Amino acid sequence: MAAQLSVEDLLDAYRTMKTIREFEDRVHVEFAKGGIPGFVHLYAGEEASATGVGMQLREDDRIASNHRGHGHCIAKGVDVKGMMAEIYGKKTGTCHGKGGSMHIADLDTGMMGANGIVGGGPPLACGAALAHKLKKTGGLAVVFCGDGASNQGTTFEAMNLATVWQLPLVFVFENNGYAEATASRFSVACKDIAERAPGFGMPGRIVDGHDFFAVHEAFAEAAERARSGGGPSLIEHKLDRFFGHFEGDNQNYRPKDEVKRLRENACCIKRFAAAATSEHGISADQLAAIDAEVGALIDEAVAFAESSPDPAPEDLMTDVYIKY
Amino acid sequence: MARKITYQQAINEALDQEMARDESVIIMGEDVVGGTGADGEMDAWGGVLGVTKGLWAKYGDRIMDTPISEAGFVGAAVGAATSGMRPVCELMFIDFMGVCFDQIFNQAAKFRYMFGGKARTPVVIRTMIGAGFRAAAQHSQCLYPMFTAVPGLKVVVPSSPYDVKGLLIQAIRDDDPVIFCEHKVLYTLEGEVPEESYTIPFGEANIVREGKDVTIVALGRMVHQAMSAAQALAKDGISCEVIDPRTTSPLDEETILESVEETGRVVVVDEANPRCSMATDIAALIAQKGFGDLEAPVELVTAPHTPVPFNGALEDLYIPNPAKIEAAVRKTVEYA
Repeated sequence: MAAQLSVEDLLDAYRTMKTIREFEDRVHVEFAKGGIPGFVHLYAGEEASATGVGMQLREDDRIASNHRGHGHCIAKGVDVKGMMAEIYGKKTGTCHGKGGSMHIADLDTGMMGANGIVGGGPPLACGAALAHKLKKTGGLAVVFCGDGASNQGTTFEAMNLATVWQLPLVFVFENNGYAEATASRFSVACKDIAERAPGFGMPGRIVDGHDFFAVHEAFAEAAERARSGGGPSLIEHKLDRFFGHFEGDNQNYRPKDEVKRLRENACCIKRFAAAATSEHGISADQLAAIDAEVGALIDEAVAFAESSPDPAPEDLMTDVYIKY
Repeated sequence: MARKITYQQAINEALDQEMARDESVIIMGEDVVGGTGADGEMDAWGGVLGVTKGLWAKYGDRIMDTPISEAGFVGAAVGAATSGMRPVCELMFIDFMGVCFDQIFNQAAKFRYMFGGKARTPVVIRTMIGAGFRAAAQHSQCLYPMFTAVPGLKVVVPSSPYDVKGLLIQAIRDDDPVIFCEHKVLYTLEGEVPEESYTIPFGEANIVREGKDVTIVALGRMVHQAMSAAQALAKDGISCEVIDPRTTSPLDEETILESVEETGRVVVVDEANPRCSMATDIAALIAQKGFGDLEAPVELVTAPHTPVPFNGALEDLYIPNPAKIEAAVRKTVEYA
């Protein structure tokens, strides 16, 4: 529980959550201005999930992500400037402008990629977990899926395989209530995704995904289980997204005041800040200092992205193969 | 030292030698051990046709049975490949690509490019192709053109025991994802194979038979059909050059074009269905880059635009055979 978290841990967690929020809010603004090409799917509102998990990962632990992957990248330590440049499609981006928002990956930090295919990640994460198991590293893999991916066959296959092979893998389902525009209450056949876990021979837990401390505690247990050879687990984070499925989504499938209400009452960062200042001896000034630092970082990232060059025409043909 | 072994034994030997050489080489697939969790013999099957038999006894946990869930375990092989392993994943029949293609063409094939050149995905997907076993429409196809069309994949179609060993070792050591298509009818084919380990580079065609009148380009089992036709035609004084590209991606364009430059006449033989096949691909290559050398239209001998039938007589009609190849060669020779 929180007792295991030092003040430094908590400040780090706040910095990560705030970085994700500022990053996404800024991408929202810059996208609306027309500076960002393609599709972007923003993670704002779900920061406690990526952060509570990510801060407990070793560098060699691996994560597989999804469409809504910016938060996972930041929480796993991918360079924020490189990410922003990637979202702008620039040569200096994490993937040299050839991946974009849906494909940001940084294998050096253990980030196996956002994914443009819903349910693409779970089998890949099984492979990463298998590598850890065979190499006896004590490492693990985490796959982040939405409620959308919870219905994909690849996800079920991966859950079955993870148990059959006893893999050090944690399935984190971020249930934000909508798969694109379709509500999970329509598309997910059971009440809670976590109910599916026993069917695949693994424990499942439902966690309030707005509560950083609850996320941290549940993942600590799953990670311990994975690292000690106990096999996979499933955690369902009930949370909310503050933007549409993609930027440009007018969200007319949501009640009119839903997002406003959520930002006021279900903001994981506000909740964290309140607990940090009232129960953990962190001062408002300390948080304000981080806010300023994060604001400057995001400004710098946008300036870096905007001033970076596009890939060169010859980059069209490079890196299809290692050797061909 | 070379001795005669079968195509199937050559595959087993390649896997064995690479697993002994490199601990990161692992095998996974349906029944590749055969018997895990059952009460009988462990390693009971060693692959559905026994290709991986004996490897479990030597390598234990490095060869793994999987549930019948191809998307799950093919994806796991791809994920493990990006995490420092060299998985050889068995997709029992290429027809099963339908249930796992995403993990191959959207994931494995694209990582290198999409991640800005920073991914390395050394996965081999071994898979059986081809008609001739009366295995009908869903266990008999030659779907390698579909994989060949995907940038980021390499595609190998070995035709002999010697080639299958050298190409498989190359595939395992290769750092890009490789689709390795083994023709099931060739499994019992015997040929000279060196005991020691060796590799055959990708993108280097084999001139199986030299000739001066007509070039026949053929892949996999079709190489043998082409050779039979070439022998028969030789008796009538028609000299055929038989070229086996061995890999469809990369494709050795140069060897094909050089041969056409000499002969001016070409027959392309492909067991795949005709539309968007290797036959049409190679014909287009020659039309584009070897047009001036042609003395007759390029002839194609392929399977028809139908599924593979079950009935034996129909299946025999479906598969390109030496008589059809011979007729196509004669047609190009007789072209005014």
